[in-house]
Amino acid sequence: MTRKQQRSAFIVTGLVILGLAAALVLTALRDTIVFFYTPSEVVEKKVEPGVRFRLGGLVKDDSIEKLADAKVRFTVTDTDKTLVVDYDGTLPDLFREGQGVVTEGKLLPSGVFEADTVLAKHDENYMPKEVADALKAKGVWKEGDKKAQ
Amino acid sequence: MIIETGHFALLLALAVAAYQMVVPLYAATRGDERLMRVAASSAVMQFLLLCLSFAVLTWAYVTSDFSVLNVWANSHSAKPMIYKISGVWGNHEGSMLLWVLILALFSAAVAAFGTNLPPGLKARVLSVQGSISFAFLSFIVLVSNPFQRLDQVPAQGKGLNPILQDPALAIHPPLLYGGYVGLSVAFSFAIAALIEGRVDAAWARWVRPWTLAAWMFLTAGISMGSWWAYYELGWGGWWFWDPVENASFMPWLIATALLHSAIVVEKRNSLKVWTILLAILAFSLSLIGTFIVRSGLLTSVHAFAVDPERGVFILLILCFFIGGALALYAWRAPQLKAGGLFSPISREGALVVNNLLLTAGAAAVFIGTLYPLVLEAITGNKISVGPPYFNFTFGILILPLLVLVPLGPMLSWKRADVWAATQRLWLAGAIALVATLIPVIAQVRGPWLAPLGIGLGMWLIAGSLVELAGRIKLFQAPVTTSLARLKGLPGQAIGMMLAHLGVGVMVLGVVAVTAWRVEVGVAMKPGDVVEVAGTRITYVGESPHTGPNYSATVGRFKVESGNRPVAELTSEKRIFLPSRQPTTEVGIYSFWTGDLYISMGDEALGGGRNVRAYFNPLVTLIWFGTVIMFIGGGISLMDRRYRIGAPKRAATVAVPAE
Repeated sequence: MTRKQQRSAFIVTGLVILGLAAALVLTALRDTIVFFYTPSEVVEKKVEPGVRFRLGGLVKDDSIEKLADAKVRFTVTDTDKTLVVDYDGTLPDLFREGQGVVTEGKLLPSGVFEADTVLAKHDENYMPKEVADALKAKGVWKEGDKKAQ
Repeated sequence: MIIETGHFALLLALAVAAYQMVVPLYAATRGDERLMRVAASSAVMQFLLLCLSFAVLTWAYVTSDFSVLNVWANSHSAKPMIYKISGVWGNHEGSMLLWVLILALFSAAVAAFGTNLPPGLKARVLSVQGSISFAFLSFIVLVSNPFQRLDQVPAQGKGLNPILQDPALAIHPPLLYGGYVGLSVAFSFAIAALIEGRVDAAWARWVRPWTLAAWMFLTAGISMGSWWAYYELGWGGWWFWDPVENASFMPWLIATALLHSAIVVEKRNSLKVWTILLAILAFSLSLIGTFIVRSGLLTSVHAFAVDPERGVFILLILCFFIGGALALYAWRAPQLKAGGLFSPISREGALVVNNLLLTAGAAAVFIGTLYPLVLEAITGNKISVGPPYFNFTFGILILPLLVLVPLGPMLSWKRADVWAATQRLWLAGAIALVATLIPVIAQVRGPWLAPLGIGLGMWLIAGSLVELAGRIKLFQAPVTTSLARLKGLPGQAIGMMLAHLGVGVMVLGVVAVTAWRVEVGVAMKPGDVVEVAGTRITYVGESPHTGPNYSATVGRFKVESGNRPVAELTSEKRIFLPSRQPTTEVGIYSFWTGDLYISMGDEALGGGRNVRAYFNPLVTLIWFGTVIMFIGGGISLMDRRYRIGAPKRAATVAVPAE
């Protein structure tokens, strides 16, 4: 085998694997990404029931309600619109009323958001970036809040 | 006064780094051997200065000196001593100081152990190390000074984030940084080789131990982080494809590829240009990892509050090193002499496929991690790329690699016979087949792919053992001969066997826990019983408890298996004092078949406790597999050929390619 053939073999294998990887990545990106919406955007964009997305906002005060079988119900608000969330799972330790939250799941036909994931936070002062941006756009929350430790 | 000494040592280290960056490079260009020697002494000097600086910061934490802003913001006098010390790197400023300290440690190690390196190469390597150090020390001195004082001394500190107060997480950052920063040595060797225009077998032998050491640290660090997430976050997951995890996983993948391609350079003097590129990429991804973790640009479930302005500074450092290295690569790499030829079906060919698949896997992870950022910048849409994407793309790319792992070592260099190699693996194939059939026959419920996954794990394990048996002629020669051969095997061979075996063990754990995990969520009153995967869990009751810096509610659970009491587990809800931040401590009991995992929730509707119990089959094998990989790396590192055989380079004088 000559040097030239060796190089071509290397390049062809490389291109095949690269092509495979690119195809995989593109398919997966089309099918598996989820969008992030605030309750207002859910109304604006008329999100259909059954579509997976991330819902973010603040946990409304006095909205956490315990249901049977260790399930929990709470309301997510962006201070304009609200959405009721049902969640079957362990809530992160730092989940509490009045704080930012990001959940993932889908809308039920009844209009309730059924979440299967509530993102855990590791830090009291941490505000998910999407939530911070969305709230800033609404003028509810300012950068200073985060740094006021 | 002590604090100011630490700050002063830091500034001196910055000056030494500048000297280490400029002078040896100039001396190497001039060919002035005497002047080149300052590289080693300044590397050692810098390390000592940073040791002093780090010791001072640690002292401030140990004595709870709240006049230092950093200590006040991250410590508390009631904290146990181990967390006072780990608090030093449990925050941004301190962790950056640890980063440069480890960088200086590696530079000093190159200076001390690299006595057999050609002076020019050594000077250039240390000069590149010095430039990295200079960049990050400037960053610390200018925007993240850990020694900043407060005008008024507060009586008490604010405490360390309670979730970080954990033994595994105390040593997780030093290990991970050891990996990230250790890859800088491979990077510096690559840059020095590009400047010199020379890469050969000796170069590969010098680079490989450093890469191996970094890879071991990275393996241990990632594994430790995963284990921590498993028992600390309270829902039993072990890997989340979170940006912060991906940040450490990408350099690991590329470092793994680099370890394999460096073998080809060493043994066959081939794949040189590619190996240099991998060395550059591995450290570049480490820098990107540091940037992702420290900038807070990506939403992560592991995110900590961060300051975006500092991100820009790291981004600039990143652009300089990655851009500069790739530009130098584009300019100089074509001038490197091509090496030995090989047929596509050969050990080299197999290692090329290994490299391509690992790199493609890393690229898929990279795109998935950064795509949300790019999309938001372009369209303004906020999206997230989650586990389904990563499982699909990475899974498909890595599966063929895992299938091929046992085959690779069976192939001969240059040109190989696949049929002969496959025949030698018949026993491993048979074992894998039986392993696949067991869950099918036992009619274990779960995804249809799961039995194949178990078969794959056993294929890897058996493949490694068969390879070892072949080498020592087990059952083909008298036992004494086999033992003698085993003793005579080079460390590298045993290391490889163990590392591949570890991957197989890990695959078993990953497949089992993904496919057959059992989860039960239920509200329990004292005396209530719940059954999980054949074990009966009785909720005994709860009682208050007070720790050094927290108060807790402890729930007690009685575990019985087949009417026989097995253990009493406790799970706690802790409230930490300074911040009132709650955490959960789970109760875990490890059976041979898997972990019983109990996590206590909040109070249930109508009294009692919400309790979640999981059975995670074979989950421990995931971390056990990484331990085996780590040990394999260690044995390979101790291979005496790296210490004795390595130094001899062909006697020709290195002439820079003009």
